[in-house]
Amino acid sequence: MNFAQILREAWNSLTSNKMRSVLTILGIVIGVAAVIAMLAIGSGAQDTILNQISGIGTNLLFIFEGNEMDGTTTTQPLTLQDAQAITELFAAPHVDVVAPVIQSSGVVKYSGESKSTQIFGITPEYQDARNYELLEGEFVNEQNVNGRASVALIGVDVADKLFGQRDNLLGETIHIEGQPFRIIGVLAPKGGGQFGSQDDVILVPMTTAKSRLMNRDQNRVDIIYVKAISADSVPEATSEIEEILRKRHRTDLGENDFTIYSQQDFLSLASSITNIFTVLLGGIAGISLLVGGIGIMNIMLVSVTERTKEIGLRKAIGAKKKDILIQFLTESSLLSFMGGIMGIILGWILSSAIGSVASAQGVILEPQVGLEAIFLATIFSSAVGLFFGIYPANKAANLEPVEALRHE
Amino acid sequence: MSKPVINIKNVTKTYKMGEIEVHALRGISFDVQKGEVISIMGPSGSGKSTLMNIIGCLDHLTTGEYNLDGKDIANLDDDELAQIRNQKVGFVFQNFNLLARSTALSNVELPLRYAGQIENRLQLAEKALTSVGLEDRIHHKPSELSGGQQQRVAIARAIINNPAIILADEPTGNLDSKSGDEIMELLLGLNKKNGTTLIIVTHDPQIASHTRRTIQLFDGLIQERES
Ligand SMILES: Nc1ncnc2c1ncn2[C@@H]1O[C@H](COP(=O)(O)OP(=O)(O)O)[C@@H](O)[C@H]1O
Ligand SMILES: [Mg+2]
Repeated sequence: MNFAQILREAWNSLTSNKMRSVLTILGIVIGVAAVIAMLAIGSGAQDTILNQISGIGTNLLFIFEGNEMDGTTTTQPLTLQDAQAITELFAAPHVDVVAPVIQSSGVVKYSGESKSTQIFGITPEYQDARNYELLEGEFVNEQNVNGRASVALIGVDVADKLFGQRDNLLGETIHIEGQPFRIIGVLAPKGGGQFGSQDDVILVPMTTAKSRLMNRDQNRVDIIYVKAISADSVPEATSEIEEILRKRHRTDLGENDFTIYSQQDFLSLASSITNIFTVLLGGIAGISLLVGGIGIMNIMLVSVTERTKEIGLRKAIGAKKKDILIQFLTESSLLSFMGGIMGIILGWILSSAIGSVASAQGVILEPQVGLEAIFLATIFSSAVGLFFGIYPANKAANLEPVEALRHE
Repeated sequence: MSKPVINIKNVTKTYKMGEIEVHALRGISFDVQKGEVISIMGPSGSGKSTLMNIIGCLDHLTTGEYNLDGKDIANLDDDELAQIRNQKVGFVFQNFNLLARSTALSNVELPLRYAGQIENRLQLAEKALTSVGLEDRIHHKPSELSGGQQQRVAIARAIINNPAIILADEPTGNLDSKSGDEIMELLLGLNKKNGTTLIIVTHDPQIASHTRRTIQLFDGLIQERES
């Protein structure tokens, strides 16, 4: 028999029991749709996160104390002097701006409203390093730092929560951890949602933070932000910083007792995390596809039993094992293939629906139905049909003709 | 006469049902010449269908020798037997055994498909249906046909590959006497017109009287031979 005939016969057989075929297909549809949607959401989330990381600037470096690679025993904290050393033009010609920071979380209040937020103790360089712009007011300046001024810059998330507005806030007094601070500026929104929002922050002079909000040794800092003179000079800047800090921390022989991350490092870390996340989601969805496959096997076994006599007749008039095998495999593959196609469409609809729900909630998530996901789903669902069809088809092909014909 | 189409020697068939052995055939020998018409009679359970299944290569014999159209059948594998059934044997069953979802035409052309024939299938099937008088029922499904008509479709299917033998196991068993007579007439007519070898299992002595030779089976053995 040629392929077209085989297909037509399989089609006739499946349509002769429509309800059953539709229900069986539904199992595959749901499985494939789940896989497609999960992969789409996974890669959409990955895109969003990577975009946000890209948003922090291609030439930015982050220096943390300690070294995760081998939990060094004698870690020296990063200090203001370290930051100062990095600014030396001769030692670090590729470094543009250096901004040491101390940070902690805290509660901020304004006449009854309160909000828990991220508080940064900063120096004026921070504005340049992080590219902050202001909606109104001015950034923290040298005088503020030197005078331990009780002044604060607030992000728009904080402004929205405490005041319900983003302007005319200059001069208002808020209480951070019970201490009064005067607002000297409102930070322009940087966008970005779920990933450590850059708008849900309060910036205060580092000296003030140290004396009033956070317990830190005199010169200790948590992070040093470094802006390289260009994106291309990030590697040079990194090695210059490394050299300076190694000398200062006297770790000439041992491992670094600090860690320098570039945006690239964050990108690859985040993408490997989101990849795991995507694979996990896809894997869980894959289980439902497996269940769909078992549904096919079940229905094909029923079908073989019901059609035992037909199989006997076909054998009596000359069908070989292979003919019967192909007949049933075609039916099961056709079931799963149709399920696969519909599943792809449903998965597509599902992921864009999730995307719109997410954006209605203010979360930037654009699910991406990739070609390879479609390809994978098609192949995989057909394979499921084939695989789960093999046992029933084989059972049919191996029936003894006489026995089969006697079957009622 | 020339070489026999069917040459059966000391054939036995034993069914094993767990511990119990059922000796359905206990040493059968006979020849059938090309173009002969033979009826097989005997009480229920005497082994008629078993014998037909072995002649039709549907079942393996337990011991003995069987030659069909010059070919030794005893040692063929399943697929080779399938090919012989397809090429050399035409079956007509008591309960017609048509595919319910397919039209008369598709039912009749099915053996050609399994034969791997691509061309002319539909024309040949149409011709076969015409020769059994069903030219105006070609696109009917079995459920839209009477019992006699369904059996005609089955006969058309049996002759489509020009088989060496046609085996009819109680072909009129499910039919009223008028349709039964017509079916018998049709089968005997095929023999007369094309010289097809015909073996018919029947309970009806009247039908048996149409055939020149009758094999009487009793308890798995041939009881007597009439010529
Ligand atoms: N598949 C089988 N398994 C076990 N016993 C069988 C089988 N087929 C037939 N028999 C037995 O073989 C004997 C002959 O059966 P059968 O050839 O069908 O008789 P008939 O067609 O003459 O009525 C009976 O006793 C029957 O029970
Ligand atoms: Mg019988």
